[in-house]
Formats: sequence, structure tokens, C-alpha cells
Amino acid sequence: MVKFILDAEQRLFGETLHKLLAGTGTPEVIRAWAGGAPDRGLALWRSLADAGVFALAVPESAGGAGPLPVELVTAFHELGRHAVPGPLAETVAAAELLARLRGGPGAGETRDGDSGDGDSGDGDSGDGLAAAWLPRIAEGTAVVSLALPPAVPYALDADAADLVLAVDGDGLRVAAPGTARGSLDPSRRLFPVGAGPAEAHTAEAGEVLASGPAVRAAASAAFGLGALACAAQLVGLGRRLLEATVEYAGARRQFGQPIGAFQAVKHQLADVLVDLEYARPLVHGAALAYGSPDFARDVSAAKAAASEAAYAAARTALQVHGAIGYTDEYDLSLWIRKARALRSAWGSPAEHRARLIASLTGGRGSGGGP
Amino acid sequence: MDLDLSSVEPFRAEVRDWLRAHVPAAPLPSLETEEGFAAHRAWERELHGARLSVVSWPEPYGGRDASPLQWLVFEEEYYAAGAPGRVSQNGINLLAPTLFRHGTPEQLGRVLPPMASGEVIWAQAWSEPGAGSDLAALRATATPAPGGWLLNGQKTWSSRAAFADRGFGLFRSDPGAGRHHGLTYLMFPLDAEGLTRRPIGRLDGKPAFAELFFDDVFVPDADVIGAPGEGWKVAMSTAGNERGLTLRSPGRFTAAADRLVALWCERADPDDTALRDRVADAWIRARAYRLKGFETVSRTDDVGAETSVNKVFWSELDLALHETALDLLGPDGELEGEWLEGYVFSLAGPIYAGTNEIQRNVIAERVLGLPRTAR
Ligand SMILES: Cc1cc2nc3c(=O)[nH]c(=O)nc-3n(C[C@H](O)[C@H](O)[C@H](O)COP(=O)(O)OP(=O)(O)OC[C@H]3O[C@@H](n4cnc5c(N)ncnc54)[C@H](O)[C@@H]3O)c2cc1C
Repeated sequence: MVKFILDAEQRLFGETLHKLLAGTGTPEVIRAWAGGAPDRGLALWRSLADAGVFALAVPESAGGAGPLPVELVTAFHELGRHAVPGPLAETVAAAELLARLRGGPGAGETRDGDSGDGDSGDGDSGDGLAAAWLPRIAEGTAVVSLALPPAVPYALDADAADLVLAVDGDGLRVAAPGTARGSLDPSRRLFPVGAGPAEAHTAEAGEVLASGPAVRAAASAAFGLGALACAAQLVGLGRRLLEATVEYAGARRQFGQPIGAFQAVKHQLADVLVDLEYARPLVHGAALAYGSPDFARDVSAAKAAASEAAYAAARTALQVHGAIGYTDEYDLSLWIRKARALRSAWGSPAEHRARLIASLTGGRGSGGGP
Repeated sequence: MDLDLSSVEPFRAEVRDWLRAHVPAAPLPSLETEEGFAAHRAWERELHGARLSVVSWPEPYGGRDASPLQWLVFEEEYYAAGAPGRVSQNGINLLAPTLFRHGTPEQLGRVLPPMASGEVIWAQAWSEPGAGSDLAALRATATPAPGGWLLNGQKTWSSRAAFADRGFGLFRSDPGAGRHHGLTYLMFPLDAEGLTRRPIGRLDGKPAFAELFFDDVFVPDADVIGAPGEGWKVAMSTAGNERGLTLRSPGRFTAAADRLVALWCERADPDDTALRDRVADAWIRARAYRLKGFETVSRTDDVGAETSVNKVFWSELDLALHETALDLLGPDGELEGEWLEGYVFSLAGPIYAGTNEIQRNVIAERVLGLPRTAR
């Protein structure tokens, strides 16, 4: 019997993070991050690590506490609810990638059903990378960005990262990020990771560190965890958008009444709640499926639903706020923009629908990627 | 319905040829920035030089007396050519129709020609912090003064007012009168003494609108439109234009739909029938809007509250076109670029020019005749 509701400890973990983030005042952190001043964001990163967030994705044998996917989605729900900036899903996905590339003892701990082939190809350097970076990820001293083209073609916030990885097909390399491209979400800077020296990020940039089917399998697992984390963020974003908009609709008056008194407003907000209420269990269910053959399928279902629900929440939040919601200076617009950006990050809804159908039908239908 | 457009073909050809020779090869910088505003103003001057900035206006003011059908054709060619957005749009589409209906000959002669050439660009100043959908709740005042009026109070969300030259808006001139009475419609310089402008960044940070603070701003009697105290009636005649065809002509959407089809060819996974269907639907809706436009300009009766039907349709179509484009772009959908700029613009469509909730109330109550909600 799987546990379908959070236990007291997991709930307390979520509440602790919520308090930590509410006390931080994330809008200022986000704006500073967007303006190229990541110090406060990095300080918050370390507080999140101290609270145990990143250790959830790092195996115990590598200095972490994981893998604990249910706790991970609980945490990412709160990170989304507070619109925390930075390569969060990327870092936990990178942890998964590195954990899978470790050879020898401890590799089994990742509980994966589909990568036990033992053929790690040229995995020695992957092993070294894992040994060097996993403990740092767990303790919050390493911010990692990761590109997994084609579904995740850019390295998010590579300029603030200590390590930038890319997996192309079955080759893992330390990436040399190119020139950043701006996003609708001002706190997201997206870096192409084409091969070649570019502005070399580290000495060994561009060099293929590991290759072979094991890398491909590890990248696939990393994509699953990244998409799951992103789905949880989206549900948290949607929840916050709904809470803030309900509050606004109760306070803003036009025609002598709170706008929330108009049925046209009420129904839109009720619809948002319905969608979010059914996206959340899909995310939770996918976390419970970690390590089972259904994991990829369940993550795709969760990411597609969470993307749609959060985007609908953002559209409604904007519409119900009217012009004020359309301004850069109004903090909620940071959430509105992030919801649209995360909708297509870690696999767009169309991508995940294609993957879902492919896994339900044993490969019929498209759906490529790692 | 007569869909024979042959009579307007020579006009279409002239417009097409001119645009082909003159539309800037690279897109101008965004209209919502200071630099882009200036570039778009220069473009207006160029259009005006070819008498193409206000084709439907009478000749003395810079137009060509074009028929509504010719105007539709002009707009089709304009957007199909990828020509720049119209920085003069709020003057041309909102103020000018008001002046044609309520202005004095002196006002028409003074205001319209520099509007047509882009020399004077106008901003709409109706909304206030407490008066959005409920426009009649506005509180900014106009107090009689020798030879004119003194304006006080605050306006907000005035599009491009940070860079525009003059504004037009409603002010409460008789505080004792009922909500829809005692309002006066006035024009004023945006650089007037006593007027402070604060630019406001829209969703992508571009300073697309501004807040205006009035502290005893003097306006002469000559800049009152219609009779003092009759501003509500005057304003409502402009509101119909804003919701009707003129603000968002069909050509804009048919051009965007064609670009969307091109994007589909370039980027789509042909197996993704869900996205394919959305592209098809957007194109169908753009065509429906075009045909409905021909129908509307052929009508002789008053379109009245049906303009609300139009406003809901175009604003949701615009959003669908751009959302579909971003979805086609997949992980590139969030990246800065022309589709994203259009998307950000389209997000505001269901809010300005009367929100779509208000429009649906109007459709239900005034077009369908359903019982009115107590308000
Ligand atoms: C991009 C942009 C450009 C603009 N440009 C200009 C400009 O140039 N000049 C200008 O004067 N104004 C401009 N506006 C302002 C625009 O006219 C207002 O935003 C609009 O009237 C709505 O007012 P509000 O934003 O205060 O929202 P509110 O009126 O506060 O509405 C909030 C929400 O409540 C809903 N609501 C309100 N009343 C009802 C009701 N009776 N029944 C059901 N739902 C209701 C609304 O539909 C909306 O969803 C612009 C706005 C935008 C977004």
C-alpha cells in the first residue's frame, strides 16, 4: 500500500521551507538575480541546502540523504510557491545524473529498474566527477546547471553555476556556455551549450568525460527527476498565483463591490483550483513511482498536467488583476512570467504528451529526447 | 454578401507596391521603448508622405476618403508586408473618431493634420487607480478657471504616455452630479506645467504605459471636446471604436495566421496533430474575423453593443495565435524574440478596451437581452 498523503514529518518539512522562504522575501532575491547580482540568491541556496533540500537528490553514500523523491517534490512545491530563482531542477537532475554514473558499490542505491546493465562505457571520469561534486551539491556549495538537448537545450543560469554539464546523445561533457539569451522570466538566463571552446567555463570544458549507454540511461533518469522537480515547482507557482489572486479579488473594488463578488471572476478562480487539485496528486504519484518502470510515464503525465494548470492559473491571475498584473513592478508578475517559462522547460506539454503516448503504446507515436 | 473585391484591386496594388519598397527590412526597435517610439514616429512621417497614414480620413486632414472596404484592404496589405506597429494608433483610432463626431471645425483643423503626420502623438488618459472597468468612478477633476480649466488628480495605464506629446481624457467637472454626469472630455499637453509622468514597465519591463499626476494643469476652453459636463456621452462614442474593428483590423490577424502556418512548416513535428489542429483553428478564426469584417463594413445599421462580440473575438484570437506559436517553439518559446513580443502584447488584449468579462456582460445583457445583474 503506497502512502498517498504526506506524513507529519514531510508536512512539517514543507512548512519549514515555506516559513524560511516567506521570511526571506523572495521577490527582492528574484529581482537581484535577474539584475545579475546573485549574492542573495546564492545565500538562499545555502539556506535551502542547510534545510536539506539538495541532499534529497544525493545518495547517502555520497554525502546526501537520498534519493527521497516524495520529500523532493514537497520541497520543490515550496520553491515554486515562492518563485525561487536559479538552476534548482537542473541541480537535482545533475545529482541524479552523477549518482547514476558512479561505478561500483553504491550504484544500486538509486533503485532504478532500467539501468542495471553494468555497461558503464567510458565511465571512469563520470565516476570522478560524481565523487567530486555530489557531496558539494548536497551541502549547497555547488550550483549546477545541466543541458539535455533536445528537450532541455539550454543551460539555465550557467553564469551563476559552479559546474555546467551537458549530455548530447550518449556523451557527457563539461559544457562551454555561449552567449545568454533572455527569457520571458527575467530571472532565467539561458545559455546555448554548443561544443567548442567559447568562453571556456572550466579548464576541461568541451571534453567528453564519459560516454556510452550508461550515460544515455543516466541522462534519461536525470531528465525524469528534473521534469518531476519542475512539475512540483509549477504546482507551487499555481497555488501561490491562486492564493494571491483570491486575496486581490476580495480587496479590489469596482462598481461598489469586491470584484470577487462577480460570478465571472469567481468561476475563473474556481476552475484554477480544480485544475491544480488534480495536478498535485499526479506529481505526488510520479514521485512515488520513482525507481519503478512507470516512472517516466508518470512524470510525463505530471509535467503535462502541472504545466497546463499553472499556466491557466497565471492567465487567470493576470486577467483578474487587470492592468496592475501586467506590470513588471508588481511582484506577482514574477510568478505569472515564471509559470509560462516553466511550462516549456524540462519538456513542453506537447513533448510530455508524446512521451506518455509512446510509453503507453510501447513506442508508437513520437517523443524523442534523452 | 458581395465578396467581389475587384473594385479595390488597383488600390491594393498601389499600397502593396509602396510597402514593398518602403517597409524597413529589419524590424524597428520595440514601439514600447523610447528609441522604438522615435523610430516609429519617423515611420509615420514616411507613411504620411505617401498619404497612407490615415487613408479613411477626408483629404484636407491628410487622408484619401477611402471607403471602409479600402481601409480593410489597406490593413491587410499593411500587416502582410510586416510593416511597423502604429505608434499613432490611440490618436487615430480613438481620438480622431471622437473629434469627427463631436469636435469643432477649428479643433479638426488644428488637431488632425499633425496627428496624421506623427508630429503629435496622442495618449489616452481615461483609467485611474480606482476607475478601471468602472470608469465612471473616476475622480480626477476639471475646475473652471479664467479662459479654461484646471486639472487635478491622477490617471494611470496611459499607453506610451511617457513618450507621447498630448493626452485626452475624462475629468469630473461637477462633483455634485451623478456618476455618469458632470464629466468633461479634455485634451492636454503631456509636458504641461504641473503634469508629472511616471513610466510604468509592462510585463517584459518595457515602459509601455505611464501614470500621470495633475497639479493645477491649465487647459484652455478650446481643448474641451463636446459640451462641458457631457463627457460621458462623448467618451462612449470613442469606446465603440476601441472595441470595434478600427483598433484591431482583420489584416493584423490574417497576417499573423499566415506567419503561424509558416512557423508550423519550419518547426512542427508533423505527427503532433494537437498542435496542427491549433494552427488550423487559429487560421480559421483569422479568416472568420476577416469575413466578419467585410460584413460589418457592408452594414448600414448601427452595430452598437455588437462591438463587444468583436472585442472578445479578436483579443482571444490574438492570444491563441501567439500561444500556439510559443508552443510550436517548444523550449525556445520563452526566449526573447518577435513571437514573444507579440505574445506579451496579446496578453493585454483581454484587459484593455473594456475587459472581456465586461464585454461578456454587455453581450449577455444588451445583445442577448438577458436580465441585468444588479450593480
Ligand atoms: C496594455 C494596457 C494598455 C492600456 N492602455 C490604456 C490607455 O492608454 N489609457 C487608459 O486610460 N487605460 C489604459 N489601460 C487600462 C485599461 O483600460 C484597464 O486596465 C481596464 O479598463 C480594466 O481596469 P483595471 O485594470 O483597473 O481592472 P479592474 O477593473 O480592477 O478589473 C479587475 C478584474 O475584475 C473584473 N471585473 C470588473 N468589473 C466586473 C464586472 N462588473 N463583472 C465581471 N467582472 C468584472 C475585470 O474583468 C477584471 O478581470 C490599459 C491597460 C493595459 C493592460
